[in-house]
Amino acid sequence: MSDDDDLILSDLNDDELVDQMKDDLYDGMKEEIEEAVRILLERNWTPYDILTKSLVAGMQIVGDDFRDGILFVPEVLLAANAMKGGMAILKPLLVETGAPKMGKMVIGTVKGDIHDIGKNLVAMMMEGAGFEIVDLGINNPAEDYIGALQSEDAQILGMSALLTTTMPYMKVVIDQLTEMGKRDDYIVLVGGAPLNAEFGKAIGADAYCDDAAIAVQTAKELMARKHNVAG
Amino acid sequence: MHLPADDILRDTGYVAGSAQPSVLVIACGALAREILALIAVNGWSHVRLTCLPAILHNHPNKITQAVEDAVQTHARDGLEIFVAYADCGTGGDLAKACARMGVKMIAGPHCYAFFDGLTAFAARDEVTSFYLTDFLARQFDAFVWQPLGLDRHPQLLDMYFGNYEKLVYLAQSEDAALTAQAQAAAARLGLAFERRFTGYGDLSRALEAAI
Repeated sequence: MSDDDDLILSDLNDDELVDQMKDDLYDGMKEEIEEAVRILLERNWTPYDILTKSLVAGMQIVGDDFRDGILFVPEVLLAANAMKGGMAILKPLLVETGAPKMGKMVIGTVKGDIHDIGKNLVAMMMEGAGFEIVDLGINNPAEDYIGALQSEDAQILGMSALLTTTMPYMKVVIDQLTEMGKRDDYIVLVGGAPLNAEFGKAIGADAYCDDAAIAVQTAKELMARKHNVAG
Repeated sequence: MHLPADDILRDTGYVAGSAQPSVLVIACGALAREILALIAVNGWSHVRLTCLPAILHNHPNKITQAVEDAVQTHARDGLEIFVAYADCGTGGDLAKACARMGVKMIAGPHCYAFFDGLTAFAARDEVTSFYLTDFLARQFDAFVWQPLGLDRHPQLLDMYFGNYEKLVYLAQSEDAALTAQAQAAAARLGLAFERRFTGYGDLSRALEAAI
């Protein structure tokens, strides 16, 4: 959005800087994002406010424009990479300062599948929204998912697949949870290019998530519902 | 045999074959040359070929609707229709649509699998391989490099291909120049290279059974 190379970030007031960060995130400018995060920290912003008001808000715009066909995958990846730079600074500080905790999610790409771009975006946006993420990476058998859910005491399972040939494996994991009598202990979210809501329903997932923003929104809603039931 | 230009097959689509057909093959543009060769070799003078733009390969969510539209357009012609697509990333939607419309299609997940042979492809279980066919080797820039933004943002290479180990070129033809192109593509992606001659694989068998 911005092409002003001479802009001095530290000269901007807070509102201007946050707006500039959204522009820089949109343009995938990692170094500028890292610099702006440090400036806001020096101005005694809380890590949580920096995260939510600049990075997450900026990625929301990126996500909306991706959904509307204005941005494409390469631009989204550049933006995500810039956000990752900011997150790397904030993450240890968020732990120290006690940001709100929304829940814990185990996430990974299913067995036989090595595609992780979508999974990584979801993990990052979930983390930005206050969820604790246990990222199992790629090519995960059912026992890895289930083991991590139990050992990490997580509430949410996220499974990703890019291939028509690997997406059925999600049902194997869900069926295994069911056989163990554990299915209702977890919220199961699934996503990936060849999936749709009908598939998610057919395999017994709680929801299919079309993109990272929807995953965050769905996780929040289902966690709230779970708490309501528990309460 | 007149061979259509790749950019036409990629972006526009293509029609060829019998002027008075009894069978219509609706195919991905990426298969045009191979299907035209099979029509010529087998003397299928009753077959007409309609190719949809091959670039749909990069937008699998648009394939089912495009095929449905093509079938509906030609349904009134009274021809027997065969859909020369595999699942191609439609997540089973294309198979459902074909079943609903009463037309047959190629079995399997994608063209890599049916060129290699469905059984052999499944048995190999090459999780970390990235595939090119003859068409995709010729069109590597248009189908891979540019759409992924690697021409503008080479730093994204690892995010896209970091988990891959090998580029497998599934060759339909003996073509040293094309092999060199595929090998160069592997080098650009930072992957090991393997050439595997497949010929037309299960594409021949699927068309012979349908025609």
